[in-house]
Amino acid sequence: MPKSKVFASFDAAVADIPDNATIGFGGFAVVGMPINLYGALARQGAKGLTCVSNGTRGGATLPSDAPDMGWLIRNNQVKKVICAFTAPTRASQKLIFSEYYEKGLIDAELVPQGTLAERMRAAGAGIPAFYTPAAVGTELAEGRETRVFNGREYLLEEALPLDYAFIRAYQADEFGNLRFRRAQRNFNPLMAMAAKVTIVEIEEDILPLGAIDPDDVHLSGIFVHRLVKVPPPPAGWWPMRPAEVAAREAQRGAAR
Amino acid sequence: MSDAKGLTRQQMCNRLAMEFEDGWVVNLGIGIPTLCSNCDFGDRSIIFHSENGVVGYGPLTAPGEEDLHLVNAGGQHVTLNPGAAIVHHADAFGMIRSGRIDVTVLGAYEVAANGDFANWKMAGQKGGGIGGAMDLAACARHVFIAMEQVTRSGRPRLVERCAIPVTAKGVVDLVVTNYGLFAITPEGMVLREIAPGISVDEVRATTGCNLIVPREVPIVKGAE
Repeated sequence: MPKSKVFASFDAAVADIPDNATIGFGGFAVVGMPINLYGALARQGAKGLTCVSNGTRGGATLPSDAPDMGWLIRNNQVKKVICAFTAPTRASQKLIFSEYYEKGLIDAELVPQGTLAERMRAAGAGIPAFYTPAAVGTELAEGRETRVFNGREYLLEEALPLDYAFIRAYQADEFGNLRFRRAQRNFNPLMAMAAKVTIVEIEEDILPLGAIDPDDVHLSGIFVHRLVKVPPPPAGWWPMRPAEVAAREAQRGAAR
Repeated sequence: MSDAKGLTRQQMCNRLAMEFEDGWVVNLGIGIPTLCSNCDFGDRSIIFHSENGVVGYGPLTAPGEEDLHLVNAGGQHVTLNPGAAIVHHADAFGMIRSGRIDVTVLGAYEVAANGDFANWKMAGQKGGGIGGAMDLAACARHVFIAMEQVTRSGRPRLVERCAIPVTAKGVVDLVVTNYGLFAITPEGMVLREIAPGISVDEVRATTGCNLIVPREVPIVKGAE
């Protein structure tokens, strides 16, 4: 029987992350975002990190006091981000990332979202590079290698391997076979495939081997190394309804 | 809104949605385009595709009834229509790059008469927000744009050549603004339909490129 991958705490699961690691953070608009692992890494304090994620903030339904990449940036733990968004999606939105980026305290690589996903899928599939039509003819393609196939121009993109993936899933068994729920899947399986070590926060109780039908596994435990159960709120951050987030923000505003 | 004249945002999206054909797979960008999912498609079956892998989503959920695991690409809580499926990000973009998306409707800062458009980086901005726009713009079968006629400071968004970094070159088919419906053709930008209460002179005065105006310009369909 395979050895259990279950860790007792988020802090224990991230204790050995070294300085200068490249870490992928899954999730899209809060859903599938490893909120608790962000908090643990901020406490752990590894520095010089390269952080890969769709953006540097979880979206409107993440409470402003919840852990996200902003915590790591404010702790001066982040050297560089690789993201599909390095500016707010609304002019009114303020990002901790932007403060540091505009002062030149942090580097950023802006990547089209499909290219970002495919670069990690490629890393996890043993493919060093690929050609894509996205970004051809734009500022992002300036000075880079392109090639024409069947009369169309494509841009060369390299795989993006990760040292660690921090992801979130709905169900896991002790081997780390994962199931995601609804839009939670997003970047999470791709980051796990691209990483040497994948750490997963799990919403439901971790199941014994055999409890997930093999046909229903979304990501094989081959790609998964450490599992931590998310405790119920308030100890563990959980997705919240927009109205709950608004109420929390109003309460925090009143308390200030 | 910078200019309340002409079409409402919902009317703009209703007009673009009339172009969707039965069975089309449609991807909607953040902002004004999301209103296309509220349109009445009659007996046409439309499949909404989202970059985060939700294929076949339906209307927005009522407050209090959100499924906290289910959002569209704009982070809005949505419902699923019967027959929906969930895939991961690489498969969602595989659908995009391999030409499975019939139309994407995107917002923009500028659209040029040659079909170039810009929507990821404002002038003088450090960094940008590309999201899925470059993949979609390069690969969807049709690219429609929904945006205001002018910027907050009153400058035209329809221009001869984009002054800010482009998202893709020569890809836009159709543009709706609060002033009307514009087609990008080999001859240039054509005013196809005009918003009620707006004159051709007003459209010309707020358009920054040569505009081809046919002798008869009908009122925007559905807004008569």
